[in-house]
Amino acid sequence: MIDGTIAVAFAAAAVRVGTPLGIAAIGETVVERSGVINLGIEGAMLAGAFGAAAGAAEGGVVVGVAAGVVAGLIVAALFAAIAVGARVDQIIAGTAMTLGATGLTGLFAQRVWGTTGAGLSLPTLQTVRLPLLGSIPFVGPMLFRQSVLTYAGYLIIPIATWLLFHTRFGLELRACGEAPTAAASAGVRVARTRTIATLLGGACAGLAGVSLVLAQVGTFTERMTGGRGFIAIAIVALGGWHPRGVAAAALLFGGATALQYMFQAVGSRVPYQLFVALPYLLALAVLAVAVGRRRGPAALGQPH
Amino acid sequence: MLHEISKSFGATVALSRVSLSVVAGQVHALLGENGAGKSTLMHVAYGMLRPDAGTVTVSAAGGIATTTHGFPSPRAARAAGIGMVHQHFTSIPALTVCENIALTAGWTETGRAAERRAESVVGRLGLPLRVSDYVESLSVQLRQRLEIVKALAANARILLLDEPTAVLAPREVDELLTFVREFALGGGAVVLITHKLDEVFRVADRVTVMRRGEVTLRDVIAKQTPQSLSRAMIGADLPPPIRLEARTGDVLVRASGLRLQRRGVAANRAGIEGADFSVRAGEVVGVAAIEGNGQRELLRAIASVDDIAITTGSLDVAGPVGFIPEDRTTEGLIPQFTLAENLLLGTIARSTRWLAWPALRARTGELLRAHDVRASGPDAAAATLSGGNQQKFVFARALAGKPRVVVAEDPTRGLDLRATQVIHERLRDAARQGAAVIVHSSDLDEVLALADRVLVVARGQVRELPRDTPRDVVGDTMLALESVA
Amino acid sequence: MSIAAPMRAGARDLAHVAGAFGLGVVLLSAFLAIAGFHVAPALSALWNGAFGSWDNFTSAALVRATPLVILGLAFTLGSKAGTLNIGMEGQFAAGAIGTTWAGLHLGGVPPVLAVAVALAGGLIAGAAWVALPVILRMKLGVSEVITTLLLNFVGVAAVSYAVTGPLQEPSRIYPQSALIAPAARLPHLAAGSRLHLGFIFAIIIAGLLSLLLKQTAWGFRIRSVGAGPRAALIIGRMPVATIAATALLWSGALAGFGGAVEVTGVSYALYQNLSPGYGFTAIAVALLGRLQPTFVLVAGVLFGALEAGAAAMQRDAGIPAVAVQVVEAVVIITVLLTARRRA
Repeated sequence: MIDGTIAVAFAAAAVRVGTPLGIAAIGETVVERSGVINLGIEGAMLAGAFGAAAGAAEGGVVVGVAAGVVAGLIVAALFAAIAVGARVDQIIAGTAMTLGATGLTGLFAQRVWGTTGAGLSLPTLQTVRLPLLGSIPFVGPMLFRQSVLTYAGYLIIPIATWLLFHTRFGLELRACGEAPTAAASAGVRVARTRTIATLLGGACAGLAGVSLVLAQVGTFTERMTGGRGFIAIAIVALGGWHPRGVAAAALLFGGATALQYMFQAVGSRVPYQLFVALPYLLALAVLAVAVGRRRGPAALGQPH
Repeated sequence: MLHEISKSFGATVALSRVSLSVVAGQVHALLGENGAGKSTLMHVAYGMLRPDAGTVTVSAAGGIATTTHGFPSPRAARAAGIGMVHQHFTSIPALTVCENIALTAGWTETGRAAERRAESVVGRLGLPLRVSDYVESLSVQLRQRLEIVKALAANARILLLDEPTAVLAPREVDELLTFVREFALGGGAVVLITHKLDEVFRVADRVTVMRRGEVTLRDVIAKQTPQSLSRAMIGADLPPPIRLEARTGDVLVRASGLRLQRRGVAANRAGIEGADFSVRAGEVVGVAAIEGNGQRELLRAIASVDDIAITTGSLDVAGPVGFIPEDRTTEGLIPQFTLAENLLLGTIARSTRWLAWPALRARTGELLRAHDVRASGPDAAAATLSGGNQQKFVFARALAGKPRVVVAEDPTRGLDLRATQVIHERLRDAARQGAAVIVHSSDLDEVLALADRVLVVARGQVRELPRDTPRDVVGDTMLALESVA
Repeated sequence: MSIAAPMRAGARDLAHVAGAFGLGVVLLSAFLAIAGFHVAPALSALWNGAFGSWDNFTSAALVRATPLVILGLAFTLGSKAGTLNIGMEGQFAAGAIGTTWAGLHLGGVPPVLAVAVALAGGLIAGAAWVALPVILRMKLGVSEVITTLLLNFVGVAAVSYAVTGPLQEPSRIYPQSALIAPAARLPHLAAGSRLHLGFIFAIIIAGLLSLLLKQTAWGFRIRSVGAGPRAALIIGRMPVATIAATALLWSGALAGFGGAVEVTGVSYALYQNLSPGYGFTAIAVALLGRLQPTFVLVAGVLFGALEAGAAAMQRDAGIPAVAVQVVEAVVIITVLLTARRRA
């Protein structure tokens, strides 16, 4: 049987592991709502992770966070320039961004840290126990003894909801995702709106990479995001293109990933590769069962 | 208001020093063939396109706004009091009525505040629109009304209407024209683009006619006749259409107790709820209907394309059927394929393993010559042809299969008058040579001009109207205003 | 139709390709310089690794080109029918597992038959790996982009499981399988060269695919469904969903075949990281080849040379091989941008 401490540890790990997924996926939700699908967020996340490691090594965690976000923004800006600006195929442009970011971060990582990786000397973000909330049984340790970045993730949910559904900009953004031509004839500057959305998504992906390095792994390695950006895209569909649903889906994936820690802790004989594959299999199952023909933004992926 | 506007797209001159002024209290009709530059001119006026040269001036109560290079954006045009109703619906189906209004009107309010404001606008116009409804749940007619609400929501005093009556039945056209008149009487100014001369004479005070990017006529309406306007539009008189008495033969299409539906669509959506009719060889049967009443499904069932399921009754068709789909560039042709490849598309169902390209290209060449399709040859990509030549090619391909039944959906949509005439002639020819021709058009006048008999499809019911039924009675039947037992 | 027009187009394409590659290498050099590596020895290693000698070219560049060409053709086939198979990395892995499993059980079987069975194992495994995305697309309308992408990671995990579990070599020390039966290995094309029969397969597949797409009704249907699905349905009366699904299935099978050729021709065993990202690089190959089989062959050879050069660069100049992905990204983007301008 699984006792209480393991359950709490599992729940907390689910939130911790789900944080980068959630932040990236909510950012991508904003992007997709504007009609752009950015497979380059995998690359933006990787760039964010690299920026975080390099920045933190040089100037501490604050510099790390800033550098990670800026790195994510740069990748997103490049993507926006070719996919929104030059209107090329978004899927392929995103794949190219991820390829390029993988190559560059791999190149620079080796230069900065050699073949051994960033090592354990990185300053990382400690968990912060929120007063009062952190003392609630079960929920406290699960939700409120996390790093600052997880709390930032909590904040992004209402901010994204407010932005998308309660502001003029959100209305214009959703119009671009549904019917860019109609939006343009209503006076919306489609390319500008989509570019801003893509940049917001890039900043989120960068922050997700930061969280991966500074609050989870503590080091940088080549290709360390391992497809988390792609999972984030599946999470967006699973969450119904709504920040709250997306956050819940991210938690589910955090749980699926965290399972492997728990099973290792209880000494399971099931091969660990199954747990490595589990989040991806879960994503597939969810796409098949829950999403099916459920509709995303009507103009998703269409250049304008 | 618009002074010496010029606009070119690459080497194509769309507008050449065109001027147009509209006065408060007046309705100004803007006429011209497709491609004459009417919509381009309106897009300039509404800030969607920047002119290469010329000025747009709006005099308002608060002063005069002059722009040397047109308004920089629709937002700026709206701020100057201009509202526009586009040729195609611009509402976004996945957003609510309120969100659509707010988007176009440039409101900064959201949520409840926006809904209250939208309710007051809709209420002022006395329309049965619920602002929290999603646009995808609205009928075609309500969507048309919503377009006007959107144009007016920003307190427009100048309304630009680009073919607003195309999807409406005669009774709805009347209501719209009445509204246009009242708007002008209330001190507003209206530019009305239309193809229908009778509408011009009913509501317009002044008229401007354009042809190939230039103004060919500018006058008060009282001094003009339909003939004079038509001449200004096309540069010459059109020969009157010849109507021959139909010599009819065997029944080639027979529907009895027919009900059908698109597969995979909820039961209450468009379909046919009951049809009994027949079509004989040698006659042209027109199908009159407003979008979304089931005519599309009926025509496609006769042509046996596009996944239509017959639920009860029978539909007997003595094929082969030649089918002309409504949307040339997505359903009729593959634009980036060559003409030879597009010809093959029509016969691929019978093709064996290996393709005989030399023979196919030779056959394509013959068809191009026989049907007077202007193209550089069988290897020209379909996309390089003009709309009229594309449609001629689609007809050539359909008729090459020696069909006994020809089904055409809105075959002249978007074509200019000359191409339209050619297509009409092709349809009549097909009937003369013994085919049963079934043609639907969104333009009731076209149906009445072409057809030996008229079938009206309204809310899934198919009714045949006697020959020479008055136009407005046909219109009312299309709206299903008479109770269909 | 004159013959000069396509030749001019061919020359222009070649110029574009050369330009894209040149730009990629220039940018890579710039990044190398920024990162503080010595550029000249790096580029020299890159060049020598690919073209330094006839043996380098055949034994390194063409050997690496083989899977890239086969996977590039797999992507081309899927794309012609309007599907995006982003999951070739996973199908390649599945094919490698299938072939290894078959190859381990083929002792005593005559060589030609053994090779055929081993290759068929990879083909079937690749098709099986793409079957789920195909079914989800057909039955539920789930886009294959995300599903095939996700299965890449499952494929990598499956290889990892196989080489530490059921297919691990008998001593159970190394994370790899035992060597497949000698009869199931592809012969080398020349004594002393590592270039194997698989490269000839790649050329044959390119020729066959070109012929099928241009000259047969089967290929025409696939192209129609990709270029104009509505017209294919309405005028061509084609079962559009089925044709697209078939193309995607064959695309997966072909990617699995790529894994099969790699195991029977190069590695003779299953390893982790058997593919250094061939499944993604091949997308660049297919795009660079403008989705035309014969051009894809040429593009695959170019990228094979790049990969061979990258390996040499890592070995001789200490620069991570992953860096050449920068060149690949630049090539993809440049080709996309120039293709758009011409459209």
